Amino acid sequence: MPSTATHDPEAQLVALLERCLAAIREPALPAADTLSAKFTGTLGFFPSYFPEEIAHAGGLFPGNLLGGGNRMEMRLADARIGSFICSICRSTTELALNGSLERMKVFITHPICDAAKHLAGIWSRNNPQQLAEILYLPQNVNSAGAVDYLRDEFHRLARDLEKHTGVVIREDAIRSSIRIYNENRRLLRELYRIRREEPWRVSWPESYLLLRARTRIPCEEHSVILAEALEAIRRREIKTQDKPRVVFLGGFCEQPPLEMLEAIDDACFVVDDDLLIGLRWFIQDVADTGDPFYQLALNYIEHSAASPVQHDEHKSKEDYLQTMLRESQADAAILAAAKFCEPGLDDQLAWSKDLDQKGIPHLVLEFEEKMTTFEQMAMQVETFAESLLFSLS
Amino acid sequence: MTIPSMSETQAGMAAAPAFDPRAEGQRLIKGWYASLQGANERKEPVANIFVMGNALEILRAFDFHLVFPEINSLQTGVRKVSEEYLRISEDYGMSPDVCSYVKADVGLLLKDMQHPSGKIPKPDIAVSSNMCSTFIKWAEIWERWMKTPTFVLDLPGQRAAGWEVRPGDERHRTDSRWIEAQFRDLIARCEKITGKRFDMGRLAEVEERTNTMVRHWNNVMALNRHTPSPYNAMLDGLTFIGIMNVYRGTAEGVEYMRRLEEHLRGKVARGEGRISGEKFRLIFSGTPCYVSMRRLIELFEVWGGTFVYSDYLTFAAGGLDATGLFYDTSRPLESLAEVTAIAAHRGLSHQFFSHEQLAQQVKDYAADGVVFHGIKSCRFVSSGMADTREYIARTLGVPSLYIESDLIDARYWSDAQIKNRVDAFFEALQQRGGAPGTQPAGAEAGRAQ
Ligand code: SF4
Ligand code: SF4
Repeated sequence: MPSTATHDPEAQLVALLERCLAAIREPALPAADTLSAKFTGTLGFFPSYFPEEIAHAGGLFPGNLLGGGNRMEMRLADARIGSFICSICRSTTELALNGSLERMKVFITHPICDAAKHLAGIWSRNNPQQLAEILYLPQNVNSAGAVDYLRDEFHRLARDLEKHTGVVIREDAIRSSIRIYNENRRLLRELYRIRREEPWRVSWPESYLLLRARTRIPCEEHSVILAEALEAIRRREIKTQDKPRVVFLGGFCEQPPLEMLEAIDDACFVVDDDLLIGLRWFIQDVADTGDPFYQLALNYIEHSAASPVQHDEHKSKEDYLQTMLRESQADAAILAAAKFCEPGLDDQLAWSKDLDQKGIPHLVLEFEEKMTTFEQMAMQVETFAESLLFSLS
Repeated sequence: MTIPSMSETQAGMAAAPAFDPRAEGQRLIKGWYASLQGANERKEPVANIFVMGNALEILRAFDFHLVFPEINSLQTGVRKVSEEYLRISEDYGMSPDVCSYVKADVGLLLKDMQHPSGKIPKPDIAVSSNMCSTFIKWAEIWERWMKTPTFVLDLPGQRAAGWEVRPGDERHRTDSRWIEAQFRDLIARCEKITGKRFDMGRLAEVEERTNTMVRHWNNVMALNRHTPSPYNAMLDGLTFIGIMNVYRGTAEGVEYMRRLEEHLRGKVARGEGRISGEKFRLIFSGTPCYVSMRRLIELFEVWGGTFVYSDYLTFAAGGLDATGLFYDTSRPLESLAEVTAIAAHRGLSHQFFSHEQLAQQVKDYAADGVVFHGIKSCRFVSSGMADTREYIARTLGVPSLYIESDLIDARYWSDAQIKNRVDAFFEALQQRGGAPGTQPAGAEAGRAQ
């Protein structure tokens, strides 16, 4: 990939962001023949977490499917999936039916909620030529045996992929993919560190574009973009603004539209969030020695983030929000939930009651990926931000 | 599972004393609620569990009182008081878009556990499986509100369409190992809560009784393959399934199921159906609408339509009828894990690939059509339903009907609309050549005594 490095950090960042934006504009995954020769096919996975290293080592480009956004026309899915199901499941069904993903080889979903699990059935009925599976990530991470089970499940996945693609997935290839992804996750952690410590250096939508680009650009190339972007962000000459510091929750699965992020960013510094948390699930490097399936499983269970769709008795939902607020020194929280998202709505209420009790200001929002008007939400956020600034002054 | 011969059924009939499955079922459910009263005060251990994947045999071996919050919620619907519970929880802030069972239960919490069937005791532990993901979010509410320790029993289910898992194969062994490890952890927690040592012999006894119940239950299901079918899977079947869940592993449960089978064999032997002049044999896919179930059944029975099977009777009774296995009481714990693993694959999570089983059930029960009941608040059954319906129409040519309401939220029951759809469905069925000349009869006139 040609380097975009220039002397002007602002121009360099703009070029990188444009590249990211272009990459994520299409809901479908890039065709394998437009990627490097390393990839012989693509694998689409539903949020939130997927062990991308395993697919990557088997020559499959792993891309996070994130629905259709707010530009895709729904033509076929309305008749196939209830109106009471969240937008990401509905638009992913549209993608399954309208042929956008027909060149993809594998579709993987997870037991994050029942609507998501049903996507494997919908997929298999409509695209029988593709391998469509539920990867059973454990919802009990606290019993001894969870790591062993998950190790076996990752191993099984690898064998299923091999059978389907004919490409053998060697353990040393997975270890080398682990190194590639470790590097990428380190860069993402650095991006989030800057957001926490110097949020004026990188806006929330900019940071999001940089993150989301990993869903469409191979990890090694994405790391180059990230590294250059971080360098430009550090060199940027930019002043802070008078905006309250908030954390945003509710982006672990269905994605809020970019315009919504912009509206919030206009009024607040979003110093931490759970957007695409599955891509950042590991909070420390995966060991690149020994059994790679075991190492990936170990990190999933022991060294991972939290979300409304993963039960862990050591990570109460209220506690992880408190940790997030504390570590990012945020003044308040924006608690969003995707419409019809049961896990999101349940935790939104729990968080809101908890923050009420603790006297921590928060704003409750509902969104849909297909939203196209944001004026009202922008006004709400602005009023919230003003009242925060007033109370903080 | 075999269909009995006539001589067997007659022998069963001769021995059968008068048995009213509904009245006896109601008596037992009342007795269960009565046994829960004062459990906290008497310092007897209480566990909240769900119907799909629940380690019930282990909890019974520790003498836990078992509370089924789903049954509490559905009972508010049956007793026509669900509206109040739902309103209280929505006023508190619960979204209208989440499972109405959860909302009714939050209403119960906000009413200090006052239920139409008595005061529900607070649990010392909650066991939630991942078979319906809502179970986990629901249990987190108890964790939060009542500080109930929650044990999430993770059951790896059917991974893909055409997925085969056979007892003892690699897939089965891997999943069973994980489930057994969790059972051992659960046992350690139960020992701590109850102060009792786990007794493997007790577990074997409970399993023996469950085995007997499941044998009868399988036969009960198979008996409805007869024409006319002796019971309606979505009316009478709802009583049966209640006992299958609440009394699983008990002597009373064994006796109920034994007598139920005997009773139904008698009906089959006499050629007695649930309705006189059974004309359309239907499969029901989905969950009931407990607030309006009688009305719904009436809309079908006036046309001579009856539900001979429902996937509800499988997944909402723990899926044990789908395993083809029984507990091996000489190795109670290992066997519990093995059966649970297969039940998770074939009897519970198969719901995500429900077209496969529906195709088989249409054959097994000689069904004329499939009725899908979509429930806004239950994504577990509803998310793939419209697509499944399209698939079975496309691949099997089986006629089907899709209707929508809710489990217990009467606001979603639209009588005129549902009636129109049901009537149109039967008219179409007739046009296909099924049961010519059928006319809707008076509801009661169409029903057998
Ligand atoms: S947005 Fe919520 S309901 Fe929809 S798939 Fe994701 S977790 Fe499930
Ligand atoms: S979503 Fe459906 S299966 Fe799950 S708890 Fe609610 S009613 Fe039961």
